[in-house]
Amino acid sequence: MSPEGLSKPEYQVPQEMQNQVALTTLDRLYNWSRKNSVWPMMFGLACCAIEMIAAAASRYDLARFGMEVMRPSPRQSDVMLVSGTVTKKMIPQIVRLYNQMPEPKYVIAMGACASSGGPFKEGYNVVAGVDKFIPVDVYIPGCPPTPQALLHGLMTLQKKIESQSLKEVSWYQKGPGEPIPVPVLGPDLIDMRKAALIREKSQPVTEPEEAAVAVEEAAQNGELPAKEG
Amino acid sequence: MTEATLINPLDTLVDQFPSGWVKKDERPGYSGFIVEREHLLEFARTMRDDFGFDYLSMVTASDYLAEGKFDVVYYAYKTIGGPALIFKVQVPREDAVVPSLVALYPGADFQEREVWDLMGIRFEGHPDLRRILMWEGFEGHPLRKDWKEPFYEEDVKPYKSRWPEGKPVNADDRNPFNDNVQYPTGFDPERWVPEAETLLYSGLQRTTHNEEFKTDELIVNMGPQHPSTHGVFRMVVSLQGEKIVDLKPVMGYLHRNHEKIAERNTFLQNMPFTDRLDYTTSMSNNFAYALAVEKLMGLQVPERADYIRVLMAELTRIMNHFFATGFLLNDLGVYFTASLYAIEERELILDIFEEISGSRMMCNYFRFGGVVRDVSDEVLKKIHNLVYDRIPRKLDQFDAYLTNNEILRTRCEGVGVLTADQAIALSTAGPILRASGVPYDVRRADPYSIYDRLEFDVITGNHGDIYDRYLVRVAEIKESIKIVKQLLRDIPSGPILAGKPAYQVRVPAGESYGRVEGPKGEMGFYIVSNGKPNPERYHVRAPTFINLTSLAPMSRGEKVADVVVILGAIDIVLGEVDR
Amino acid sequence: MKNFGKRFGVMSSLGVTMGHFFNTYIVDLVKGKKRYRTTEGIEARRQSDTEGIFTIQYPEEQLPLPEEFRVLPFLVYDEGENGEKNLRCTACGICSKVCPPQCIWIYRATDPATGKPSPHPAEFHIDIDICMNCGFCAEYCPFDAIKMDHDFELSGYTRGESHVFGLDTLMKPVSYYESIRPANAAREAAARAEKAKPKA
Ligand code: SF4
Ligand code: SF4
Ligand code: SF4
Repeated sequence: MSPEGLSKPEYQVPQEMQNQVALTTLDRLYNWSRKNSVWPMMFGLACCAIEMIAAAASRYDLARFGMEVMRPSPRQSDVMLVSGTVTKKMIPQIVRLYNQMPEPKYVIAMGACASSGGPFKEGYNVVAGVDKFIPVDVYIPGCPPTPQALLHGLMTLQKKIESQSLKEVSWYQKGPGEPIPVPVLGPDLIDMRKAALIREKSQPVTEPEEAAVAVEEAAQNGELPAKEG
Repeated sequence: MTEATLINPLDTLVDQFPSGWVKKDERPGYSGFIVEREHLLEFARTMRDDFGFDYLSMVTASDYLAEGKFDVVYYAYKTIGGPALIFKVQVPREDAVVPSLVALYPGADFQEREVWDLMGIRFEGHPDLRRILMWEGFEGHPLRKDWKEPFYEEDVKPYKSRWPEGKPVNADDRNPFNDNVQYPTGFDPERWVPEAETLLYSGLQRTTHNEEFKTDELIVNMGPQHPSTHGVFRMVVSLQGEKIVDLKPVMGYLHRNHEKIAERNTFLQNMPFTDRLDYTTSMSNNFAYALAVEKLMGLQVPERADYIRVLMAELTRIMNHFFATGFLLNDLGVYFTASLYAIEERELILDIFEEISGSRMMCNYFRFGGVVRDVSDEVLKKIHNLVYDRIPRKLDQFDAYLTNNEILRTRCEGVGVLTADQAIALSTAGPILRASGVPYDVRRADPYSIYDRLEFDVITGNHGDIYDRYLVRVAEIKESIKIVKQLLRDIPSGPILAGKPAYQVRVPAGESYGRVEGPKGEMGFYIVSNGKPNPERYHVRAPTFINLTSLAPMSRGEKVADVVVILGAIDIVLGEVDR
Repeated sequence: MKNFGKRFGVMSSLGVTMGHFFNTYIVDLVKGKKRYRTTEGIEARRQSDTEGIFTIQYPEEQLPLPEEFRVLPFLVYDEGENGEKNLRCTACGICSKVCPPQCIWIYRATDPATGKPSPHPAEFHIDIDICMNCGFCAEYCPFDAIKMDHDFELSGYTRGESHVFGLDTLMKPVSYYESIRPANAAREAAARAEKAKPKA
């Protein structure tokens, strides 16, 4: 078994038993199984998504990494591959999808656009990096990153998973994780965490009573009244 | 069809109408006619019904801030071929209202909504004038020249802050909110009630109630994150049982402000951005853009460059059609097999693109007056092997795999039908138009580059259903192979670029429209130059965006499961739909 | 056979997939072990007559990168005799002007003695999160000073500072350039020699 495999290198397994027995720690077992079945969410945004499809197809074959199971539902996926330009119109949905993913969840920002807006950064409908809203684990530069670069990014993610410890991971800590507030589409994109700043910078209007109601409505409705079909 | 459809009326057009209605556009570098706003409908109806300009290809507008007016620009063609009828309506900026042409040309629907959204020109009489790319409630109309985006730096590139004293600044840091946003003064986020898309939903509401089954109508959202939508596209369908009563596409989830950015860019800088329009066919996009600018510059392309260009465009078509047909099965619910086979062929063509241009998808290969790099004999040999051996062989396999497959046939035959008249009226283009039996192909109707020397057939279908679209695509691959074989036989040696490579090109003032028959339909660029290094107006006629106009008419009355296939057969790419 | 396909479409479809399935084994048996993890094997599998398994098993195998392949730009320096690094860049600013998303920042050095601008970059930054890998900078640089790299294995855990490349990350020796793009380097060297001749 390779050094990245299940067996801990410190423990010597006799030669004749190497393919049957592995001595390891729980951490390592846990991470080893997680890292070899990272299911991505079937989720393509722009040009980079085509390279992602190419990476899943026969020439590069994501299945070799246990990642071929693309899940259309966020509730069954482990990694969100943000493959393309994130626009303001789309970010509420992305945040909602992220909130729906069960822990442990990872995010890969594929391409310049997902990392920071890329060549379209100056555009008025472009979010300057998906990490403004959701935490990103691995960044893959390139425009578009070739499928091989994407595979390299996935291997980087595997390394990250490997280095996590059961004792520290956030999803076994006490208390539920906070969902990320879904941004609202107003005259421009409104990040609800920055509401105070936005009001202050655009000159405040008082009457706080009504305001509280509006916030609740906004949080409940998002901007989509009907559920996605 | 009257006799008048066959003659070219453009020379004597002004006299056909009462004086003052129509005049020639006599600005230097411009062409076409300027029509008085009041008589636009009358004019368009005459041109359509009496002179046979039945195909409204493009509607856009440009903002002449200095003169205080908007030009609304229309390009209409005859589907039997021939030059364009260009007509414009000029309206003052403070009274930006134009009569809508949707009643005459239903294909103008989305395009007029786009002009309203981005330019703020109202179309009177439009049945559903909502914003299309941005959301309702967005502040301002971004393509107006006096509208500035939050990360605005300077009017045009190159920005002065880059050199000689360039220190990297993150654009976020210059913004008071540390983000790509701006708000009107006095705005309070906590008092903002988000637009609930009531207009969209009320447009779908019907009062019908099925007495027999006691069913009500159900409104379902598909997308923007949905495995069937080929990206971030959303459809709102109202259902009666499983049957689609009405459907409204919602787009803009990938609106990347291509046109605004392009008007800041220099002419050359737009080339790599065009790659990212329809990112599966970057070579064709390059081609159309290069044609548009070359037309303005009056550049002649060397012979060899022309051959290389067409070669690349046809390889792109092969690649795209493989991809589209492969994913058609995917949309039918067969998992990945067909697309995996298709992607194999695509990879081999991408290898060629990578070798000559340096990138698999974002080729950025065309320059004004030629192409950037010569194609070596080795690469030609590779292409030769592909078109003489590999692709025909694999196409036969594809044929055996798909063409007579009962599942494919039952799901596709008679589904999503578009009659020829409908297809023309809805301004569809490419395989969709041809599958409906209209032999309209820009390569033949208005030959560009060296297509007039090449031998190939314009493929048409008979039924206008999904199956015919599939057959048309497969047959077009065969035609493209034929073209590539001719090109390989005849390709001359010689220079590949007119003049010296230059990073600043001088483009004389004027307007031009360059179009090619892209794999998905007529891909066109409308460009207005004012003699400066940056285009004054830059508009993309995106074929799939306009083809989507036909989605609702095609889907009405079909089952909800079929709408996925209908969409798949349109073969949309969101980068181009939303730009 | 033809009629069979017409009558039993699904059967013929399944036949195609079956054919693919068996073919992978047959080809493997015929071609043997050499097919995998050897340079010739990879090359053979990307030819137009390839059959059977099409997968390139990155990271163990890697597709050969064509010479023109481009990812990010880097700055070429000539190695001086005493190991000093002479950047070819003259801070002329053409690359930053031609760059479509405007992601190159150049701070031109000034001569400390005269206070006049001197032809060197004091700072040179490229924001690789904006760069669209278009290759314009390399194409239009008149001094062959900026070139496109082949290294695509760049993914990492952070962006921010680390994704704005400064001189230290951008500078790469000319020998590296010659190793990734031998034909281009040779052609440019010849052109430079040609240019230098009449003067000498
Ligand atoms: S990084 Fe480049 S290739 Fe990827 S989505 Fe953005 S523009 Fe497209
Ligand atoms: S174009 Fe070349 S020489 Fe001029 S600043 Fe850029 S890298 Fe330096
Ligand atoms: S490759 Fe293109 S985008 Fe990147 S730095 Fe060079 S010119 Fe700019």
